[in-house]
Formats: sequence, C-alpha cells, structure tokens
Amino acid sequence: MSATAECQQLTAMRPAPGTLPAMAWLRCLGGIVRREALRFLHQRGRFLSALVRPLIWLVIFASGFRFILGVSIAPPYETYVLYEEYVVPGLAAMVLLFQGMQSSLSMVYDREMGSMRVLLTSPLPRWWLLTCKLLAGVLVGVLQAYVFLGIAWFWEVRPPPIGYLTVLPALMLAGLMLGALGLLLSARIRQLENFAVIMNFVIFPMFFASSALYPLWRVKEGSLWLWYLCQANPFTHAVELVRFALYGKFEPVAAAVVLFALLLFGGLAVLGYDPARGVMARRGAGAPG
Amino acid sequence: MTAGLTRIGAVRPAANAAPPALEVKGLSHAYGPRPALQDIALRIMPGDFTVLLGPNGAGKSTLFALVTRLFDAQGGSIRIFGEELAARPGLALARLGVVFQQSTLDPDLSVRENLLYGAALHGMARAEARHRAAQELKRIGMAERAGDAVRSLSGGQRRRVEIARALLTRPALLLLDEPTVGLDAGSRSFLLGHVRRLCREEGLAVLWATHLIDEVTEEARVVVLHAGRVCASGSLPEILVAAGGAPDLREAFARLTEERREGSTA
Repeated sequence: MSATAECQQLTAMRPAPGTLPAMAWLRCLGGIVRREALRFLHQRGRFLSALVRPLIWLVIFASGFRFILGVSIAPPYETYVLYEEYVVPGLAAMVLLFQGMQSSLSMVYDREMGSMRVLLTSPLPRWWLLTCKLLAGVLVGVLQAYVFLGIAWFWEVRPPPIGYLTVLPALMLAGLMLGALGLLLSARIRQLENFAVIMNFVIFPMFFASSALYPLWRVKEGSLWLWYLCQANPFTHAVELVRFALYGKFEPVAAAVVLFALLLFGGLAVLGYDPARGVMARRGAGAPG
Repeated sequence: MTAGLTRIGAVRPAANAAPPALEVKGLSHAYGPRPALQDIALRIMPGDFTVLLGPNGAGKSTLFALVTRLFDAQGGSIRIFGEELAARPGLALARLGVVFQQSTLDPDLSVRENLLYGAALHGMARAEARHRAAQELKRIGMAERAGDAVRSLSGGQRRRVEIARALLTRPALLLLDEPTVGLDAGSRSFLLGHVRRLCREEGLAVLWATHLIDEVTEEARVVVLHAGRVCASGSLPEILVAAGGAPDLREAFARLTEERREGSTA
C-alpha cells in the first residue's frame, strides 16, 4: 500500500462528524458555564467588588437618606416602607447591570488577547455560543444578586419568604436583557481602553435615570422629561420586574419591555458577531501576518 | 499569482476520489480599501505537510482567519473535506484543529481545564475529554503539568498545550499559524517533529504557516505567499525551478518575493 493511500485510509478511520447531537449543544453550554464560574472564583476581587458596590449604597447611602426620603404606599408595597427596603430591588438589579457590563468587558478582553478565537471556531452555531456566554454570565450574576439579598436580610430588609423564589425568573430575565446589552456593546467596542466610555455613557445614565434609587412618581413631580427618560430606560423596567417579583407579584408591562429589549439587544449582538458583517470581519482578527 | 501557479501546477489533481482536506479557490479579502488576500488557490490532501511560507504581513493570518471562519471571505470558496465552509460551517469546523499565532489559552485556568474547555466547545463528553486530555498531554510530555495554571508555563510549554488542545478532538486537518514564534531551538524542533510524525503516522493533513525558511523540511509541500498573493507552490524542487533555478529555498524565496515586489511597483 502506498504512503498516500495509507494516509487516506487512516483519515477515513477518523469519526466523520454528522450534525452535532443535542447533547453536544448542552455539553458546550456546560463547558462555557464551568469556565465562567472558574474564572469568577479565581478573581476573588471581582466577587468582593460586586458585593461591596451595592452594600455601600444600602448601608451608607440608604441609611443616610432614610429620614429624608419618604416612600408612600405604592404597589407592590402594601404599607409604608423604609428607604432601605425600597432600594434593595434596584440594588439587586444593579448587581446584574454591572455583571452584564463585566461580561462585555471580558468579551472585549478575550477578543484582544485572542482567546475568543477558541470559542468562535467551535463547530456549533455562533448564535448558540453567544447564548451560552450570555447564560453563563447571567448565572454568575444571579448568584451574586442572591448573596446580596441574603446580606440585605441581615440588614433587616426582609421581603416575604416566597419572594426569594418568585424573584428568580425576574432576576434571570433582567440578567439576560442586561447581559445581551453587554454582548451588543462588546461587539461595538474597538479596544479595552474604550470601556470607560461605557461606564460614563451607559452604566451611570441607565442606573441613575431609573427607578432604582427613587420612585418614578417623585421623579415626575420634579421633572417631566426626566420621567419620560426613566420610562424609556429598559433598566427601569428590569428594576420594577425584580421589585414586584420580590414581593410575589407580577408586573406585566415591565416583563414585556424587558423581554422586548432582550430580543432586540440579543438579535443585534448576534448580528454584531456575524462572520459576514461582524466586528472581526470589519477589523480583522487582530494579527497582521 | 496565476503565473506562479501555471508554472508549477499548484492545484494538484486528487490521487483518488477522496476529497482534499482543504481546498481553497479564488479566495479574496480586503480590510476596507486595503486588499489582504487576492485570488488565493491551494489544495492540501490527507497526510500532506504543507508549509505556508511568507514574510510578516503576507496575509497568512488572514488566510487562517478565513479558513477557521472567524469571518467570511469576500470572494472565493473554502472546502474542508468537501464541505463548503460558508454553507456548512459546523461540519467543516468539526474536522479542524487550529493553533493560532497569538496564544488562545486562558492563563487563569489549569492546563487540564483549558483542554476540557476546548473539548466542550466541540460537544465532547467530559469523561471522554478527560481521557483524551490525559493521552494528549502524555504524548507531548506535559502530563505532569496537567493541574498547573497556564500562567506558570513557559512559551514552549504553552505551545505544546495548544497543540494538545487542537488534537483533542481528533481533527483530520491541523492548522498552525507561526507556532514556533518566540520559542527556543529545542522547543521548535520538538513541535516540528511532533507534527511531522502525526502527518506520517496518522494521516493528519497539516498547514504550517511560518516566515522561517528553516522550518521547511525536504518532503514538505510549500506555498509561498507574499503581499496577499500566492507566488509559487509545489514541492521543494518545484519551488526552486519556479524561482528560475535558485540554488536553495532561501534564494528562491528572496527571488520570488522580490519579483512580486518589482511586479507590483512596475
């Protein structure tokens, strides 16, 4: 047998892949989730800062403002609540907002460092790979949000016990929407250094122009245009979705807006990473050779 | 490009009905107004060790990016074992292993976790991936370092791990983009020997991109790429003939790339 024929026979013995089975898709998801979890565990500073940020707002800011800002009875609350209790859902959503942006930062870092190529050369569809990245980031974010809610419980912010269960789908949906926004931004950010722009033009405006820190009826009393801005901000609806769910209630308008924003941001993110027109096609893969 | 190809017959006829491991036809790509690749054609059969030789900026990494579908080419076609990459990327990429020029390992994770992550992206079961990871690490002499963080490895060791990860899924076509850059002579020799052995013993088709002429072995097929075009392609003797009877590959490479430069400036 000639060397060429022998080689071809050996090649033919390799398993020729057909379409990848459903299990392969799940294994891919498992692998990506595992990697995100391991990276999170290795970066202890990231975990601490993710917790310290909302706790500073709760312990210092909210305690300071509890006697200045009164929150009247408005759904989902059935009685007057202290300011600390009011801000907790917004701060839980803030954890998800920062986690979404952290995922975005990590995508840009992976692209610059080259490790994103391993992800993008997987035989599974790119939209699925992005979905896996999104889900992995959200799971880490939801875990952080629960740790924050646990600490808030010790700070005597105690929603009904059932709320800790009913808030899970709300946290997932809000996390997916904010993670999809992060993915979309990562497809648009040219360099890691540009991330400061995202801080100033996305994270801070989204957080402050929302109902996270003050109820919207108060905003409306002060400024009508700001109230419109808050209403147009998907983060406001993410906060309200979480707030209602934490008290065992469902807010359909907030859910619809968050779902719509998720589909919009997710769809645009998939286009952003599309091999035909995405970020790498426009700028090259980073290497000059 | 076509002049060089016509002289030496760059696109070889297939030895039998088996599809080529890699077949590229009329491939072109540009970044904005700047062309990166123009009308590239090449064919690699199973068991071939093909060296893609070109200076920095020749378009080697762009060619790798297109063959691995980091992004789509603006013109031409790429087939991997007969599967059109643009139309059926999953089937094509499943048979591909790749080592990029830039390290793609996660420095915070262990060697084993990096391999298992790569396997998971190909949908491999974790138990099987662990078994294969142990096998591949043993083959490259890195079994002892499986639990160490990649951050603690030398450049040569990282390259070995990247090759182990690329081979974990048992690819039939292996692409390596400047795999020996920054490595000492011992590590370079080890990598080249390991990949050549895989070609010979396992029928793996290899495309090895480099700008280092000493990495071209006697039996390798050579594709000379310069300024986004293929200048010449074939066996070593064919390249020497294509360069007007150059005495060695170094001289042939200088003549071919110089000829191209003069041609483009004329």
